[in-house]
Amino acid sequence: MKTFAIGGVHPPENKFAEKQPIEWLPPSGTVAIPISQHLGVPAKPVVTKGDKVRVGQLIARGEAFISAHIHASVSGTVSKIDSITDTSGYRRQAILIDVDGDDWMESIDRDQTLISDCSLDAPEIVKKVHEMGIVGLGGATFPSHVKLNVPQGKKASYLIINGVECEPCLTADHRIMLERGEEMLVGITIQMRALGVEKAIIGIENNKPDAITHLTELARKYPGITVEPLKVKYPQGAEKQLIKALVDREVPSGKLPIEVGCVVHNVGTSLAVYEAVQKNKPLIERVVTVTGVSVKKPSNFMVRLGTPVSALIEAAGGMPEDTGKVINGGPMMGKALNDLGAPVTKGTSGILLFTQEETPRLPELNCVRCAKCLTVCPMGLEPYLLAVLADKRRLEECEEERIMDCMECGSCLYICPSGRPLLDQIRVGKNLVGKMIRERSS
Amino acid sequence: MRLLTVSGSPHLHTDQSVSKIMYGVVFSLIPAMLVSFYFFGLAAILVTLTAVVSCMAFEFVIQKYLIKGPLTIFDGSAIITGVLLAFNVPANLPLGLVVIGSAVAIGMGKMTFGGLGKNPFNPALVGRVFMMISFPVQMTTYPEPTAFSTRLTDVVTGPTPLTLVKDGVSRGVGISELMPQLPEYTQLMMGNMGGSVGEVSAIALILGGLYMLFRRIISWHIPVAFLGSAAIFAGIFWLVDPQVYVDPVFHLFTGGLMLGALYMATDYATSPMSRWGMIIFGVGCGLLTIIIRLFGAYPEGVAFSILIMNAFVPLINRAFKPKRFGEEVKNG
Repeated sequence: MKTFAIGGVHPPENKFAEKQPIEWLPPSGTVAIPISQHLGVPAKPVVTKGDKVRVGQLIARGEAFISAHIHASVSGTVSKIDSITDTSGYRRQAILIDVDGDDWMESIDRDQTLISDCSLDAPEIVKKVHEMGIVGLGGATFPSHVKLNVPQGKKASYLIINGVECEPCLTADHRIMLERGEEMLVGITIQMRALGVEKAIIGIENNKPDAITHLTELARKYPGITVEPLKVKYPQGAEKQLIKALVDREVPSGKLPIEVGCVVHNVGTSLAVYEAVQKNKPLIERVVTVTGVSVKKPSNFMVRLGTPVSALIEAAGGMPEDTGKVINGGPMMGKALNDLGAPVTKGTSGILLFTQEETPRLPELNCVRCAKCLTVCPMGLEPYLLAVLADKRRLEECEEERIMDCMECGSCLYICPSGRPLLDQIRVGKNLVGKMIRERSS
Repeated sequence: MRLLTVSGSPHLHTDQSVSKIMYGVVFSLIPAMLVSFYFFGLAAILVTLTAVVSCMAFEFVIQKYLIKGPLTIFDGSAIITGVLLAFNVPANLPLGLVVIGSAVAIGMGKMTFGGLGKNPFNPALVGRVFMMISFPVQMTTYPEPTAFSTRLTDVVTGPTPLTLVKDGVSRGVGISELMPQLPEYTQLMMGNMGGSVGEVSAIALILGGLYMLFRRIISWHIPVAFLGSAAIFAGIFWLVDPQVYVDPVFHLFTGGLMLGALYMATDYATSPMSRWGMIIFGVGCGLLTIIIRLFGAYPEGVAFSILIMNAFVPLINRAFKPKRFGEEVKNG
């Protein structure tokens, strides 16, 4: 069975919610929809206070090349446009809407029947995906229309669909593959047409045998799409590692996957593309896993964007007494929340309620030079060295040692027996080196 | 109001820690310890205990009264230094010398540089070589092994197999004539030969090494490169003239080679970080060991070769980086 070549760790999987069907969570109260839910330039609001909006209506326009439109996820009245604390922990602009009923735009086809025929050509598909505000739902939230537009002079040969879900605890993608498999496959054929590729490979780790069997069965009807089981290893869901595992190509340092003829999309994104193109539905909701060791009802919710995290926790049976940390995303790369009023955004894949004992930080000891961080780094870096160089602000050397290749997967800090804050220091270093590089080029 | 922790990712950590790893190493040393107690009796137990207790005591004194820093004597590393130091000296070494050796190992070898992880040379070997040079007679008077030995100091001493060969060859005696005086190879592997406390039983050391490999405390690179290069290099000379140069199997199972390759060269702080660096380091250790054994003044060269290679570790770390992802464009 395939996997990527260098590095990787095996954190405990703890996928408590994997058997829980996706549950629809009705909108209520007030939602706060940030204008920056994607990688790139924030969108510009096109509504003002007091405006009545319907579900699916455009409320903020992503005008830059790398940006995405934002649509109303609920119907109601815009109460204000103000800065709120979002899941990143920073104050960001958001459009607040008081929910009133659930009145959808007529243009959206809410019927559940599968539409597998698509007559649009590649540019029309890209345009549609752009209009509907689709971004990568795996967590990086890169605008999908940019990825579906193969740059001049490059050629895509594979569409790679990321069904790995290598983060512990998360089960949202797993449930999508099981419950929305057929729609997802149509979405994949649409993406294939946009890219002009003949082959699509769905990579799934073999801790989800039901999803592998189910999709392999369904994919028989879709020429060019294959399912590839992968050996479980974190961080296999990282773009570069997944490409390496599936087609044995290495994306060069600082380059995008298209450099080696690949485009990677998440399974959730393929479903969103299907809905956008075939049902005219903008990205207004997503699947979010809410789980934790003491959570009463670990769940996978279909949630309207903008819903506060606290409402999701309530729906999963409330916050357990022993909660010590609430994480937005997976336990390896997710962010600890500082405000439970923060809204669910396009990049929210899970809300994890961890006890203090589950998320220990060991007392910091001397580096014993055990070399475990080198062994687990999937990018072949030397985390112990980068951390020291970053801490000493020796930025040129950081750059030479390829600190910018670090994708912050956290494997080094996870494995370090001395409890050294390797990734914390490397992050600071990356920030400063990034600044240095920008200043040099300007 | 409930307080929630906010910290950077990752939010999970393995259940491994430095002290768990260190105690894992101590645990893996038990078979070799038992064999040495069997062959060298109470003397071996006393030497081991003295070394462990004095290593911990010196670390305590230095941390508490000189550095005035946090105490780490129970992290297991001082215990390992103690055990390994004891394993590297004859069982009948006067205990006072063991204490001096421990002081040098912990004081000069480890704490001078800032403690665990910061020392460039293997502390136990620093202690051993210091004693080797300061007390050459006591350090090269080895007791003969006896099954279920209960002796304390009634010394029946004899040469180690390596000394026998070195002396014989230097007097012009051929290897085939020396062979009858040497223990059989199966006896060598079991540890029934003259030597330092813990180095004699290859089988027990390999058992401990396999445990460390299984627990992923060490990787195979250094031991395999060390033993492999020693065997190949010794083998080449043996093929050239088997009367002057003893065969590679003999080299592998005598002296401190097994202990050195599995426990001394794999010391985290004093060995390279990358896989290729580890292999280069191991090959260097193996070559130097055989050069010293065959052409040097000493019959044994493991300790010196490891210390010499320790000095090269910073250079090796610079020269041998791990293979970066995406370094060579591969369009498989």
